[in-house]
Amino acid sequence: MKSLGSIRRSFAPWADPASKPFISVKNVTKTFGDFIAVDDLSLDIYTREFFALLGASGCGKSTLLRMLAGFEQPTSGEIILDGQSLAGIPPYRRPVNMMFQSYALFPHMTVETNIAFGLKQDGMPKADIAERVGQMLKLVKLEKFAKRKPHQLSGGQRQRVALARSLAKRPKVLLLDEPLGALDKKLREETQFELMDLQQELGLTFVVVTHDQEEAMTMADRIAVMSHGKVVQVATPAEIYEAPNSRFVADFIGDVNIFDGTVSAVENGYLRIETGNGFPVRMASPDKPSVGAKAAVAIRPEKIRVSRQPPAHAPVNAVEGEIWDIGYLGDMTVFHIRLKDGRVVKASSLNAVRAVEDPFGYDQQVWISFGEDAGVVLKD
Amino acid sequence: MARVASAVFSRLVIIIPYAWLLFFFLIPFFIVFRISLSQTAVAMPPYTPVFDLFGGLSGIMEKAREFSLDNYVWLTEDVLYFNAYVSSVIIAGISTVLTLMIAYPVAYGMAKAPKSIRPTLLMLVILPFWTSFLIRVYAWIAILKPEGLLNQFLMSINVIDQPLIILNTNWAIYIGIVYSYLPFMVLPIYSSLEKMDHTLTEAALDLGCTPFSAFWQVTFPLSLAGVVAGCLLVFIPAVGEFVIPDLLGGSETLMIGKTLWNEFNANRDWPVSSAVAMILLLILVIPIVFFQNAQAKADGEGR
Repeated sequence: MKSLGSIRRSFAPWADPASKPFISVKNVTKTFGDFIAVDDLSLDIYTREFFALLGASGCGKSTLLRMLAGFEQPTSGEIILDGQSLAGIPPYRRPVNMMFQSYALFPHMTVETNIAFGLKQDGMPKADIAERVGQMLKLVKLEKFAKRKPHQLSGGQRQRVALARSLAKRPKVLLLDEPLGALDKKLREETQFELMDLQQELGLTFVVVTHDQEEAMTMADRIAVMSHGKVVQVATPAEIYEAPNSRFVADFIGDVNIFDGTVSAVENGYLRIETGNGFPVRMASPDKPSVGAKAAVAIRPEKIRVSRQPPAHAPVNAVEGEIWDIGYLGDMTVFHIRLKDGRVVKASSLNAVRAVEDPFGYDQQVWISFGEDAGVVLKD
Repeated sequence: MARVASAVFSRLVIIIPYAWLLFFFLIPFFIVFRISLSQTAVAMPPYTPVFDLFGGLSGIMEKAREFSLDNYVWLTEDVLYFNAYVSSVIIAGISTVLTLMIAYPVAYGMAKAPKSIRPTLLMLVILPFWTSFLIRVYAWIAILKPEGLLNQFLMSINVIDQPLIILNTNWAIYIGIVYSYLPFMVLPIYSSLEKMDHTLTEAALDLGCTPFSAFWQVTFPLSLAGVVAGCLLVFIPAVGEFVIPDLLGGSETLMIGKTLWNEFNANRDWPVSSAVAMILLLILVIPIVFFQNAQAKADGEGR
């Protein structure tokens, strides 16, 4: 397992123009009646990638997954898998397998026969099937439950059977539809890491659909944030979090403070934005908008410092406020600070030192401040 | 006080179905059983012994000694009864299989239909019940007789030049039973298919099944409970069916319902017809109990 870390760190085929995508979704549109589920969507997914489709319900992510599995046909556009168009290929002839959100375990079969089901369809010899089923049971640590029926298993065990069944045929691509949605929080977190290890170990390409941004951030190499049938941003979790390309992405992933304003100065790589009430913001940005243009600055709560005294650079990137709410989460504390004009800023600080007493109290006057590259300037 | 009242009430609720079974099944059952042990008599009622409650306990004991198994012995001596039982089971069996073959696709189609039209389809299946059973069976005479609607139609489109003889054959009985009992087969199968999770079929396709083999490996086994319920609901009344073989069947058609009717009404032999009914009950109950045991065992496996 030691080498996995280094593989992960250097894994970035999307950044290499020479590498060929394994799955290519090309201008795919899917409509149901007059509802557009997927709207002219293009995506590239690479071999061995752990790719997450993230979005609110109804954003088209499940429809896209079902088109990859073959349960739905694109209204227009095409999907290429390993150099071959999937158009017209029924689900039972595609080298992909799916793990269903409801697990879809066959209730009349045992754990063993569920896992063997796909292999039996391929006409694999009985001895080989038994061996493969044994491997799969070991992989998901369910050896003792081979003879049980699905209704005799817990939710977590069923999830493992579904995973083993979908992996048994060694598909080129595993599609996972909300794979951890039915598990409780603790089990979900454990299983996230297990899934990542498994994907590395087997060297498979995983495409996972989820509405849980934390799940996507933890597991995926890259995330496609979807909204209304379109991909809003495709990037690594760190890029999505630190450099969202739009207000939608900034707001959808994690907590964020957004300050709206107008550009008052553009100077070598920095923008000065007036956000109103004597609170100018100077922020790094590669863009060169004209002076007077509208702009918004997005800053994550943990990038904001809270202090009693004004910092040296005040009033730029600093403003005075009053502590309105304090949320103590154990590992960190979240402050809601109310500015004089009524805006509420979220700031969080890590409780790295074991402190019995909090340094800040309710209604206290404080200064919030942040660095010149703590946030991003959003275009829209 | 309220708790006592509610406890009494909940007992009462349990008593009602038991009372129903006692009065409308168990007591009639014992009356029939008792008559089956009696002898025919030209009297009212037409059998002996008749108990006289004023004879005292010893009088009752005295008369009870007259009970015998003669009627059951009689059933084994005349091959007519054996043949009637066997032919009833065969006719009911064939009819059940035919009903299943027609009802399953109907139920499947209904379960796959858009949700909005399912209540209408269900209504259409139940609709024939709104007309009297007897009238519907009579209607089949008009359809099946040599100069009936079916033959007229087939001859008018030149498929046949001689009328088909269907009425008064076993074919007419099959048609009558299949037609009359179809809803009893469709409804349980429909209810088992309708509640089935359609992602199971998708999972089977995803794992490499063609739609055809996905049906046989996943959909059909999971609808088996409905199929079994439907088959029992058709087979059991079909074995004892009297109206359909009497109206549509021929004189040579031998079914136990007809035999029973003859013994009871034509021969006025209540004891023998009661014995016929008791044996019929045994023939039907034994396989059902056996089947339920097997199913309970299958459910218990893998635990």
